[in-house]
Amino acid sequence: MDQRVRGAASLNRAPAAAGDAAAGIAQAIELSAVRFRWRAQRSPCLSIAHFALASGERVFLHGESGSGKSTLLNLIAGVLLPEAGSLRVLDQELARLSGSARDRLRADHIGFVFQQFNLIPYLSVMENVLLALRFSPRRAARAGGGSRARAAEVARLLASLDLDPALQTRTAAELSVGQQQRVAVARALIGSPEIVIADEPTSSLDAVRQQAFMELLLEECGRAHAALLFVSHDLRLARHFGRCVAMADINLAEAGS
Amino acid sequence: MTALLRIALRSAWNRRLTLGLTAAAIALATTLLLGVERARSGAREAFASSVSGTDLIVGARASPVQLLLASVFRVGEPAAEMSWRSYEAIAAHPAVAWSLPLSFGDSHRGFPVLGTVPAYFERYRHGAGTALRMKAGRAFSGTLDGLYEAVVGAEVAGRPGHRLNDSIVLAHGGGEFAHSEHSDKPFRIVGILERTGTPVDRTVFVSLAAVEAVHLEWAGGAPLPGVSIPAEFARKFDLAPKRISAMLVGLKNRAAALRVQRFVNDFRAEALTAVLPGVALDELWQVVGVAERTLLAVSALVVAVGLAGLAAVVLAGLDARRRELAILRSVGAGPRHIVALLAAEGTMVTLAGMAAGLLLLAAGALTLGPQIEARYGLALALQAPAGGEWRLLGAVLATGIVASVLPGWRAYSLSLADGLTPRL
Ligand SMILES: Nc1ncnc2c1ncn2[C@@H]1O[C@H](COP(=O)(O)OP(=O)(O)OP(=O)(O)O)[C@@H](O)[C@H]1O
Ligand SMILES: [Mg+2]
Repeated sequence: MDQRVRGAASLNRAPAAAGDAAAGIAQAIELSAVRFRWRAQRSPCLSIAHFALASGERVFLHGESGSGKSTLLNLIAGVLLPEAGSLRVLDQELARLSGSARDRLRADHIGFVFQQFNLIPYLSVMENVLLALRFSPRRAARAGGGSRARAAEVARLLASLDLDPALQTRTAAELSVGQQQRVAVARALIGSPEIVIADEPTSSLDAVRQQAFMELLLEECGRAHAALLFVSHDLRLARHFGRCVAMADINLAEAGS
Repeated sequence: MTALLRIALRSAWNRRLTLGLTAAAIALATTLLLGVERARSGAREAFASSVSGTDLIVGARASPVQLLLASVFRVGEPAAEMSWRSYEAIAAHPAVAWSLPLSFGDSHRGFPVLGTVPAYFERYRHGAGTALRMKAGRAFSGTLDGLYEAVVGAEVAGRPGHRLNDSIVLAHGGGEFAHSEHSDKPFRIVGILERTGTPVDRTVFVSLAAVEAVHLEWAGGAPLPGVSIPAEFARKFDLAPKRISAMLVGLKNRAAALRVQRFVNDFRAEALTAVLPGVALDELWQVVGVAERTLLAVSALVVAVGLAGLAAVVLAGLDARRRELAILRSVGAGPRHIVALLAAEGTMVTLAGMAAGLLLLAAGALTLGPQIEARYGLALALQAPAGGEWRLLGAVLATGIVASVLPGWRAYSLSLADGLTPRL
């Protein structure tokens, strides 16, 4: 765990201030000369000369299993720290932020959708979506001042994601996988974060569902002006995106080593 | 922080069966611990209360604890009796304000019978100096006419259901021998005392002359064969007491206690012991203290077992919750939030267990309290936790928090290793 935590010199503890100026920032995410190695392993898992995601941009990142896609997302999330190189999220150099500042940056500016099990099973759909606001006053404020305004925002998001309003009070465990993934999108989008990261969100959906899900995700990200980094090994999904990046092209480290 | 607490609550509720069982174990352990502590302090209070108005206890030479137990708590028997002459000599000492002769040995349905003088009901003090009060009736008269009059304590009146003017029969000794009842000389209840929470409640009071009267035809613990003296006829005998079991002494000035004690201990005519009740009680607690501490230590161990169970249950559930923790991490929770979440959960379960334990104790005090008080003279009344109990509760909570930090630390390292993508 040391490579993640020790490198984080707690120099800058005010990431939220920069976030409000995010509108004027050209690059949502920018990596240069980033190297990362899992503690147990000798050779680096990631070695990326350069990779950037402009604000509002949508990028499809693909690569075979084990090529380090999820690892890269953990780095961008500030949960892991690179052992060398520069990794900037909304113009914040992550390595120079303290651990809690990185947590705050993630809470304020990034929404996540994972492959599956995105929801906490014992919470209702409404509560699961509101979870994204619990650790971020900034996103809570953006989603609407009072709790009623927020509930209305949740309802709006769920409706635009084609979810029956009656589902709101159900617990997450009662939803189908496809419904769960759409609720996860609502959570990633609420409070308008600048960046949405999706890690194979469609791989547990059938083809028809995949198509519908992709359309909804792209539409909502566009409406929120969020940059989208979409990760998958399924190349058929690439057609939804303007730019496709192969892990093999940006990662100089030998995959699977 | 409140958000985190809410999530912790919901998460705990989701696993309410295992956590509930754990809380139940903690509740039982808390009840045991507080029960032992309450019985301990209750016993001390009751004992101290019973001797609060007495400056000296005098009896035949014996260990102070033995004399104290026999004369005040009616436990065991004094080593020997003392003569009425000695009693009179000590009562006449210039420093002595009042004195009460005590004669015991008989019983009524297991309740001890105490022969004394009517002044007992005015002089005896308990608690913070409270005098005895009659709930009904009056003191026995102490005259020949009222020879077979008795006064009973609240417990004696309560349990067998005696009322004023009821007739009772005394038994020789503790009532353990067959055919040893003084059934030819029944007593009439003329007074019932208010409850005091002391051994007085369990005592039947009669006059010294009455004790002599019922033993006229007895010698060495057995009735003399062929001798029967009818109740009325007994009045014709000399019923003046010759020997008594012990005496309680009140002094004009407490400062004279040591002087009078020396006077008694150096008494020429027979070997006597004078005991300062406080000193004898301290000695008693020193003897009993080992047992008390052992009991408390065992209860503390039971609490520790309960809390270890809590840590084990939460730890065992962690693997299944890695996804939950990763989700929280993804929405911005830091490792410290994860630790706080787990610590909050354990603390909540501990608190719930402690609260349930207190309720259980209160329920126990309500239902079993009267029986325990009746049988052992231990007042386990419904009450808010007292000083020592708060300290124990604090220790339980602190240990519970420590026990919850363990899974918190484990969750911390798990969430660092997992990041946002738990490996199951
Ligand atoms: N927590 C970890 N500890 C050690 N090694 C890890 C850990 N997580 C991933 N790795 C290693 O890092 C490499 C990249 O894994 P990663 O999960 O990033 O791949 P991926 O591209 O997301 O694969 P997939 O498409 O199957 O999700 C793999 O070789 C894996 O063994
Ligand atoms: Mg992956």
